[in-house]
Amino acid sequence: MPTLDHYLLLSAILFAIGTAGVFVRRNLITILLSIEIMLNAVNLTFVAFGRVLGSADGQIIVFFVMTVAAAEAAVGLAIVIALFRHRESLNPDMYRMLKW
Amino acid sequence: MILFYLFAAVAVLASLLVIAQRNPIYSVLFLIASFGALSGLYVLLEAPFVAVIQIIVYAGAIMVLFLFVVMLLNAPHEDTEEDLERGVRLPSAGRVRVFGALLAIALVVELIWVVLASRRAPIAIAGEGVSSVRVIGRTLFTAYAFPFEVTSVLILVALVGSVVLARSKSGDGV
Repeated sequence: MPTLDHYLLLSAILFAIGTAGVFVRRNLITILLSIEIMLNAVNLTFVAFGRVLGSADGQIIVFFVMTVAAAEAAVGLAIVIALFRHRESLNPDMYRMLKW
Repeated sequence: MILFYLFAAVAVLASLLVIAQRNPIYSVLFLIASFGALSGLYVLLEAPFVAVIQIIVYAGAIMVLFLFVVMLLNAPHEDTEEDLERGVRLPSAGRVRVFGALLAIALVVELIWVVLASRRAPIAIAGEGVSSVRVIGRTLFTAYAFPFEVTSVLILVALVGSVVLARSKSGDGV
């Protein structure tokens, strides 16, 4: 049977992949997707710990994290659309000025 | 155990492909595959409720939202010719990428070191998990009733905020 450490290591790898995605990609949508990867890595940790402790709390926190992820995706994508209207680009390097 | 390694491999590979793609549509589709594998892991952890909402809410709703936006903006590739013409490549962009990749490698090494160096026996997953939706729902609406209500305010704020942000400047239409 996989132990808790297996799940924690998998979660660490997924979180690091998400972090790498935020830095490496130059596309606002892919950066948002990388944030989703990180949130899911944390969800896996919560469920694994909840399973080890035999409590429902881990799963409930995952429920809240998913809600926050949905709100973040909606607002983040709205900001991306508003930015895209200005510059016709998804490259974050395009947005260097606070005002134009 | 085989299933764990299978799902873990699919999740890691799909996540790597997400950040390796230049076209965001493929990124979104690979992320859906990654979520499917994670959902299998939740089933192995005796959390079927989380597994189901992972598929329905995450893969079904949030990722479809991403797909909608990708197709709406119709700017699939990064580093398009227009971007290069407009000279948006910062001279430091390459260095930022290398630095970010090194930072991520350092992060994964550090996290793995923390897990492995804690000098204890691996904690086995034993006993009964809480797989009953009835127990989860009861806990959600008793012990976590206040956070649950706060969540509804959060969703309302996100709803209004995204409508305001995505509205066209002229104000004549949504």
